[in-house]
Amino acid sequence: MKYMFIMRATDEAIEASKQIPFEEILNSMGAYNESLIKAGVMLAGEGLADVSEDTNFVVDFSQDPPIVTDGPYGETHELFNGFWIVQVASKEEAAEWASRCPLGPGSKLEVRRVTEAADFADFAGNEYIQKEEGWRAQEADLRAQNG
Amino acid sequence: MDSVEQAEAARRRLEALWRIEGARIVAVLARVTGDVGLAEDLAQEAAADALAQWPASGIPANPAAWLTTVARRKAIDAWRRDARLDERHRAIARRLEQEAADGTGWEPLDDDVLRLVFTACHPVLSREAQVALTLRVVGGLATPEIARLFLLPVPTVQQRIVRAKKTLAAARVPFEVPAPEEWGARLGAVLAVVYLMFTEGYAATSGDRWIRTDLAAEALRIGRILAGLVPREPEVHALVALMEFQASRFPARTRADGTPILLADQDRTRWDRAQIGRGRAALARSDALGRGRGSYALQAAIAECHALAPSVAATDWAQIVLLYEALGRIAPGPVVELNRAVAVSMASGPGPALEIVDRLAAGGALRGSHLLPGVRAELLARLGRTNEARAEFAAAAALAGNEREREVLAAKAAGL
Repeated sequence: MKYMFIMRATDEAIEASKQIPFEEILNSMGAYNESLIKAGVMLAGEGLADVSEDTNFVVDFSQDPPIVTDGPYGETHELFNGFWIVQVASKEEAAEWASRCPLGPGSKLEVRRVTEAADFADFAGNEYIQKEEGWRAQEADLRAQNG
Repeated sequence: MDSVEQAEAARRRLEALWRIEGARIVAVLARVTGDVGLAEDLAQEAAADALAQWPASGIPANPAAWLTTVARRKAIDAWRRDARLDERHRAIARRLEQEAADGTGWEPLDDDVLRLVFTACHPVLSREAQVALTLRVVGGLATPEIARLFLLPVPTVQQRIVRAKKTLAAARVPFEVPAPEEWGARLGAVLAVVYLMFTEGYAATSGDRWIRTDLAAEALRIGRILAGLVPREPEVHALVALMEFQASRFPARTRADGTPILLADQDRTRWDRAQIGRGRAALARSDALGRGRGSYALQAAIAECHALAPSVAATDWAQIVLLYEALGRIAPGPVVELNRAVAVSMASGPGPALEIVDRLAAGGALRGSHLLPGVRAELLARLGRTNEARAEFAAAAALAGNEREREVLAAKAAGL
């Protein structure tokens, strides 16, 4: 089974992390990522740019057509800063890995199981379920060509 | 939580922990004691203590360190209890106690895990013992889990592991990586064990379960661990690439009712593109080492051709023929030759392919296997020699060991 670890940090946690030398954060995160890779469980992972960058934006669907805004990002002020996707055998193994992530007070990892085709087995014949696989295929192809 | 739930929670936690830390715990114990069998026994005893104590005491803050400490204490006790100790053993026991007091010498090293891999795949062991022991000590899987993956009774797997440990002891196999002159062959044996584990999961050789995805996932995980341990070995990355490409087709290989779908008929939009991307990255890592392509890299490159092709017709069959020719030179064998024939039939038509297959058949290759008559039947059907094709499909169906494959072949015979 696959899990996504979604990194979320409050404003306070982000402020606190600015007191730590960035090199130190790079080293501890690097060591964590290396441990996931060497254990053969890491499938993917990315960090997200700071929300203050004007390359980021929000699309709000509370109106039709939706509005593109530069924020706010959420009621909770808990921002998504990055994610990992890991392949493990159980919820407990996911918990074990997630707990080892070098994050400080104010930070959280939201740990969510990634759905698989089996989750939609009752709808396997659905045209759009099948098409979705195709959309994902195209997207990954583009990624492979670019990377 | 009641006590039953607590015990179950501790068991599940320990199982998860063992997958992550088991190899390192056993590896460090093996380095210190010089005996993988003893190390595994000690680790098991520590795990049993954990199961007995954790439900009541709570799970310790650093469970891996707890397990190592308990196992170390047991190692020292074992040496001390043994009245037959000679001076050499007494010296080891003293060193163990000293190191325990100093807290040194117990850091697990990657090299220890690598020694463990080579020991578990040592040539004195049978292939099935190598597979079971590798899953046990390198993969950190519990015996019932290994039994589940191989559809075997638990005592059978238990027995296999016990015997494997005894064989290693009897053969005085040292806890070492192989000498340079043996390195290539021994690494080849390790890769063979991992790939066998994968193929057993990929296309079950017996029984009616077409794919044992869980076993294939374990093989892939162990392959990735190995790539981390020996990153300068191109064939390790190539094996990982090959497994990623093959596993990417899992979602498309069976219908909802479990019947298999052959490559030509698979809905390629269902192939896992993220996994194909990982396969390409692994093959690129192998190529980047600049030492040419070995047999796994050539197989991975063939799998990559399929993975990137939008359809059977649009596949680069000429390239696949070249890759099979190269593979046939460095790893000659009838299965490679048969696959080359299939590629030739797609690139140049069924006629030249049938010549290759007939040459193989005349040499008596693959007798008793459904593979050759299966391919021959397809070629005859394409040449319009329907009666011969029907007979060959029936012959292939009679030889198939897998229920699902038999159904596919019988259906083809009936469909002509």
